[in-house]
Amino acid sequence: MYQGMAAVSGSFAKMGMLRASQDVDFGITGYQEYTLFGQKLYFTTTHISIIIVMLALIIFAVIANRKIKKADPNKVPGTFLNIVEYMVQAIDDLTLTNMGTKHGAKFSNYIGTIFIFILLSNISGLFGLRPPTADYGTTLALALITFVMIHYNGFKYQKASHVTNLFKPLLLTPINIIGEIATPISMSLRLFGNILSGTVMMGLIYGLLPKIITLVWPGFLHAYFDVFSGAIQTYVFCMLTMVFISNTFEED
Amino acid sequence: MERAIVLAASAIGAGIAMIAGIGPGIGQGYAAGQGAAAVGRNPGAKGNIVSTMLLGQAVAETTGLYGFAVAIILLYANPLLGKL
Repeated sequence: MYQGMAAVSGSFAKMGMLRASQDVDFGITGYQEYTLFGQKLYFTTTHISIIIVMLALIIFAVIANRKIKKADPNKVPGTFLNIVEYMVQAIDDLTLTNMGTKHGAKFSNYIGTIFIFILLSNISGLFGLRPPTADYGTTLALALITFVMIHYNGFKYQKASHVTNLFKPLLLTPINIIGEIATPISMSLRLFGNILSGTVMMGLIYGLLPKIITLVWPGFLHAYFDVFSGAIQTYVFCMLTMVFISNTFEED
Repeated sequence: MERAIVLAASAIGAGIAMIAGIGPGIGQGYAAGQGAAAVGRNPGAKGNIVSTMLLGQAVAETTGLYGFAVAIILLYANPLLGKL
């Protein structure tokens, strides 16, 4: 039975209908080994693509900064400056409508930063990189920043009642505590799972199908998994961050 | 032999874990249907309805992604092989 199956798949491989399983590659490769505090660590694919993403963002930021400093306020801004102004305005509007006009302006820096970073990371699959957000280390770090911000603002605006709210219905105390801990885990797993499922599916398509089909067919899948799904997940991550933080503003 | 059995059982378990995809499918479809009904009733609020619907769908998707994470761990991390 097993040999029969092997023969069938072998003949498929000979006809060029199915390529070898060694071609399927969507994992993380460790390139350079190093030790830190006695732990064996690796310099991986994620680091390389995250460095490329950050370089792109830094270059964009430097160019935008120079253009804005040189800009003449009495003239009509050019194309690039218009796009930058539109982005800043859109992020300001997003934070102000979701966090209220009183506190919203303070957070538009942070929300804008993670929005641009996650968006560029998610669509970096289009440019042949392995998306950095398809690594649990990246998304867990982002979610832990949100977790720290939630509790910092909770203690800042609600003082001691931020802790006593956990015991409000005394019977539900364990569920409240688990709910607080589950917030960063569910946020990070949502982003990670969505991007990783796209990466796995693209890897299977590229690795298993004949070369001719992979020239045409993945375009549609890239449009869905990288652009659409990536943009939606970016929006959702920023939206949930804003909602959780603005929940702590209510003083009662 | 034992190794083969564990690998086969891991593959079957990964397949069973993906049954978790049923729930988010139903939930997202229901949310999309309700969103369509809401747009039909009040076409002016289309932008707000669509963004709320997408947020709700993304949150409903979480349980399916937990199943996906379990399947991926069973297939590629093989935690059960260490127990032999």
